[in-house]
Amino acid sequence: MTPSPNIGATVELIDVVKDYAGHRALTGVSLSVRPGEFVALLGPSGCGKTTVLRALSGLEPVNGGSILIDGIDVVDVPVNRRDIGMVFQSYSLFPHLTSIENVEFGLRMRKVPIADRRARAVAALELVGLSSLAGRYAHQLSGGQQQRVALARALVTRPRVLLLDEPLSALDAKVRVQLRDEIRRIQTNLGITTLFVTHDQEEALAVADRVAVMRDGNIEQIGTPEELYTTPATPFVAAFIGLSNRMPATLSGGRVTLYGETLSVLGSPPANGLASGPVLALVRPEDLLLVGNGTAGSIPAVVVATSFLGSLRRTQLRLTDSTLVSVQHDVSEHPQPGDRVALRLRGNAVSVSALDD
Amino acid sequence: MSADRPIGAAPGPVARTVILSVVGILFAIPILAMVAFSFRNLAGGYTVAHWASVFSSAATVTYGVVFTGLGNSLLLAMVTVLIMLVILLPTMILVQLQFPRLRRVLEFVCIIPITVPAIVVVVGLAPVYSVVARLAGSSVWTLAFAYGVTVLPYAYRAIQSNLSVVDIVTLSEAARSLGAGWSSVLVRVILPNLRRGILAAAFITVAVVLGEFTIASLLNRVTLQTALVQVSKSDPFVSVIFSLLALAFAFVLLLLIGRLASDRRTRRTRPARLEKKAS
Repeated sequence: MTPSPNIGATVELIDVVKDYAGHRALTGVSLSVRPGEFVALLGPSGCGKTTVLRALSGLEPVNGGSILIDGIDVVDVPVNRRDIGMVFQSYSLFPHLTSIENVEFGLRMRKVPIADRRARAVAALELVGLSSLAGRYAHQLSGGQQQRVALARALVTRPRVLLLDEPLSALDAKVRVQLRDEIRRIQTNLGITTLFVTHDQEEALAVADRVAVMRDGNIEQIGTPEELYTTPATPFVAAFIGLSNRMPATLSGGRVTLYGETLSVLGSPPANGLASGPVLALVRPEDLLLVGNGTAGSIPAVVVATSFLGSLRRTQLRLTDSTLVSVQHDVSEHPQPGDRVALRLRGNAVSVSALDD
Repeated sequence: MSADRPIGAAPGPVARTVILSVVGILFAIPILAMVAFSFRNLAGGYTVAHWASVFSSAATVTYGVVFTGLGNSLLLAMVTVLIMLVILLPTMILVQLQFPRLRRVLEFVCIIPITVPAIVVVVGLAPVYSVVARLAGSSVWTLAFAYGVTVLPYAYRAIQSNLSVVDIVTLSEAARSLGAGWSSVLVRVILPNLRRGILAAAFITVAVVLGEFTIASLLNRVTLQTALVQVSKSDPFVSVIFSLLALAFAFVLLLLIGRLASDRRTRRTRPARLEKKAS
């Protein structure tokens, strides 16, 4: 299957609003996706990420705003004329059709001649590695295979935009990772503009060019996975992306002091508009370092629990003020519950949030 | 039943055999009695003359009223199935796709006819049918309007049981995203996946219509059941033979429903051929 001239469209959402019976699901979402870009929409349940995708596909009419594909407003264009491909969370293969008939469905709707249709469907199945199962019905395929066929079905029409609505959420962990990487490989090869909804941050960070973190019907921050992780714009993003320890601190003059260390504050505007005084510092587990007991400037702590995570070990500690923190360290270190240890902060900047956030 | 068997567990082989035997005997005795009766002669012996007379060339004349009733009942069955397919099926699909909150209301409305005794229905229908007769004439097929109501509970259940195992909302959305208009969604996606429910509803409708007596009798229409009662007054043997044939027909219909309800695929041979071609 080769890229066609109409793939890799730009997608723009401008102040998109969606109401559901008195509840505002999208509160003015604006998002710009470049041609061929892979953008993940990430957020907790009910944040509106699937609604954005459904609004873009045309499955949900919007109450306000514009949705532009290649600069053309498609708000009034019905879903079957938007030229998008979509893979759903629940298995959506047509049960009465075989895999290849499922893949052919979109081409049949476009009245593609049968010979071309069959050739393109076979090529699409080859792309997802399932040409040998072309004659199987959905109930004869595993969950992962069904989602691959659904992906082939969505791609075979060479849509301008590919929408993936949590396509991996029903699969087991190993298949998820395999299919995730495969989706990314295919997307890169075809250069198709893709929006991928997920609530799994690892999935989003692993495959997306950019990640849009959503909260309460709007985008909290959009950026590369690295930007989101290292410079979260808000405490919500800092807490949502990766693990963060919430440690008591004091904000003063745009800098934050915790356990005797004074650090810069991440995010904009400086200090997130918080007034000077007590705040919570959000510190990544890898920014806490286990050091020898009694090391100058260290923070004393007691080991509560420790977990082996394969390439690293994560240990939970209780500080002298009863704050619980997690620290990641080498698996060669074996702290035991009850051990007295010490911590040091590394890095020179942290995110902060209000005490009651 | 053993003491360690949990409450609600399926019965064991012995209990199952006993239950099936008791129920089987309960159903078999009257049918066997009918069969035996159909071979009796007035002298107390046995004869095949009654069966022969039913299948003789003169039967259509002798028992013309039964054949008229049968023809009327089959016409009524077809019209009733048509009404069910044109009104109930699209309504259920629409409710499932667009108005899921109305599902309970629709279910309630469809169940109501089973709770109302036939005689009450007829009392209510009598004035209605005076209007129907003025508008559509008094042909027997107009009974299908009443039958369309009486079969609602059965047809609704048959279609709903199919709807509940097929996620037509997601399938429709998938089809729409692939470029299908609503008519294509209906014809190419929804109806093929509701095939079993639709066929079961149609067969149940036919069975109910063929067995209905009260409404047809009280509204003075000739159907299979009213004709059988009429014939039984002059020739009870033939009446019983026609009843047995009607039962056999209903039995075949139920067998067909059972086969359709089982999760079998009719195109088992296609996958291998396509896989070979694709690879």
